[in-house]
Amino acid sequence: MIWLGIDTANTPLSVAIVKDGVLMMEENTALAVNHSLSAMPAIENLLNKVGMTPADIDRIAVSEGPGSYTGVRIGVTIAKTLAWTLEKPLVGISSLKVLASNVLFFDGIICPLVDARRGNVYAAGYQFDKSGLVSVFEDGHYSLDELIARLTEQEKPVLFVGKDTALHEQALLEQLGHRATFAPLQFNLPRASSLIHAAEHSAREAEVHTFVPEYRRMAEAETNWLKAQGKEPGRG
Amino acid sequence: MTKDIYIVGIETSCDETAASVVRNGNEIISNVVASQIISQKRFGGVVPEIASRHHVEQITLVIEEALISAGLKPKELDAVAVTEGPGLVGALLIGVNAAKAFAFANGLPIIGVHHIAGHIYANELMQPMAFPLLALIVSGGHTELVLMEEHGSFKLIGETRDDAAGEAYDKVARVLGLPYPGGPQIDRLAAESDGVVDFPRAWLESDSYDFSFSGLKSSVINYKHNLEQRGEKVNPHHVAAGFQVSVVEVLTTKAVKAAREYGVKQVIAAGGVAANSGLRASLEEAFGKEEIPFYVPPIALCTDNAAMIAAAGSAMYVDGVRGTLAMNGKPGMPLDSWK
Ligand SMILES: [Zn+2]
Repeated sequence: MIWLGIDTANTPLSVAIVKDGVLMMEENTALAVNHSLSAMPAIENLLNKVGMTPADIDRIAVSEGPGSYTGVRIGVTIAKTLAWTLEKPLVGISSLKVLASNVLFFDGIICPLVDARRGNVYAAGYQFDKSGLVSVFEDGHYSLDELIARLTEQEKPVLFVGKDTALHEQALLEQLGHRATFAPLQFNLPRASSLIHAAEHSAREAEVHTFVPEYRRMAEAETNWLKAQGKEPGRG
Repeated sequence: MTKDIYIVGIETSCDETAASVVRNGNEIISNVVASQIISQKRFGGVVPEIASRHHVEQITLVIEEALISAGLKPKELDAVAVTEGPGLVGALLIGVNAAKAFAFANGLPIIGVHHIAGHIYANELMQPMAFPLLALIVSGGHTELVLMEEHGSFKLIGETRDDAAGEAYDKVARVLGLPYPGGPQIDRLAAESDGVVDFPRAWLESDSYDFSFSGLKSSVINYKHNLEQRGEKVNPHHVAAGFQVSVVEVLTTKAVKAAREYGVKQVIAAGGVAANSGLRASLEEAFGKEEIPFYVPPIALCTDNAAMIAAAGSAMYVDGVRGTLAMNGKPGMPLDSWK
């Protein structure tokens, strides 16, 4: 069983090949701001280095968001096109769950976090048990205050993971005190191997043609349109 | 007998998700377009984020349908051609990345096509191009006069300095309270009209082939405003007819002047606004008098489609042009020669 994993949901880029439960190769970078240009060359390079062809891939895992709208779309477009034309199954995994999967064995709440500007974050709450990561509160676009309120409810230690946690470290420490801990740097980038691990344990195989990103937020024009119609905009 | 060449074209530069298979650069085998008009209508125009979301939803379905109706397997293709630019960046890169992934998975070369070159090559699907050739490209995003001396060589001799012709149509339609997209609405009102409001023509400098439509748009707004101030009602038919006649006269006059100056053997019109019946009739009449062959593709090939991208891609393929997996969407891609 050969897995290709692709994560371009935010600024970092990660691609990996896992063969029969063994990580063959992974490329991680926090600098690949232009995924549109660099994601496909990274995948080509990966397959060349491990001596495989696209036809050797058995399954494809992709980070489905939330995150940068454009970033998520690039990964999802590449993944669904490969899965469709190679006729292989596709599994989408939350980009926040990918980050949480970097720090599986924490005893408490694992809180992956990605900055969404203007005091907002994409975040989720997970807890680890024998069956894997269990959702405590769902992936969403939260204001930092909303997120802190949810974490305060839990009365458990919290481990924040993701490179953007640094932006909010002070506020989180002020509010949560000693209950807040922060993952060290080597765990803060999404890893396609973590993505593949989560995908291997997921029962959720995607319907390739209709597969779309989990934006977790409506497009602004859509929100404004709903408001103009006198309807309450939801969470996309 | 030489082997047939099959190219799949992919186009996502604005709000149409399209794929098409073309044989030997001039024969459409399949042509699939998923339009977002119904969705974008709510917003009165194309919203880039909404367009990008739709493209991701449609892209593999559209390419699959193009292959199935062509009765071809990916490996039977010779290359993948995709719109590289110009266009909406977020929209372009859906097509570009799908094209790269598809080409890579099937071991096919990839070719990045300029959207305007695509519009021009839509004509190759109807009759062979003859050089030197003058192309008038008029659409929601473009108003350009392009001179071609041979395949793959494009010389921009005139372009809009502000709004594209189609953009002006949409804006004026909004002023008149007509639904999006405005072009066909104004064309219809103008055709039915029994009177014409006299609006100015923007000729610019006498030696210039450039265009400008924002002044005309302002004239329409001022005209409506003045009437309303006096408590009079605007006749939308007369305004539409006056606006259209001004746009059409400038486009036709400049195209004729350029055709004479460069001694072209063929004139073609392309782009969504080339579907406009008023413009079509005026150009046909003018070039009929000039005795220069003039062509406009059928409406389905004037508006954005992927057959035109496959047609241009085919000519590039024959010319040996190849892209790489590092290709990116280029929103401001210049119309350079591909040679
Ligand atoms: Zn166009």
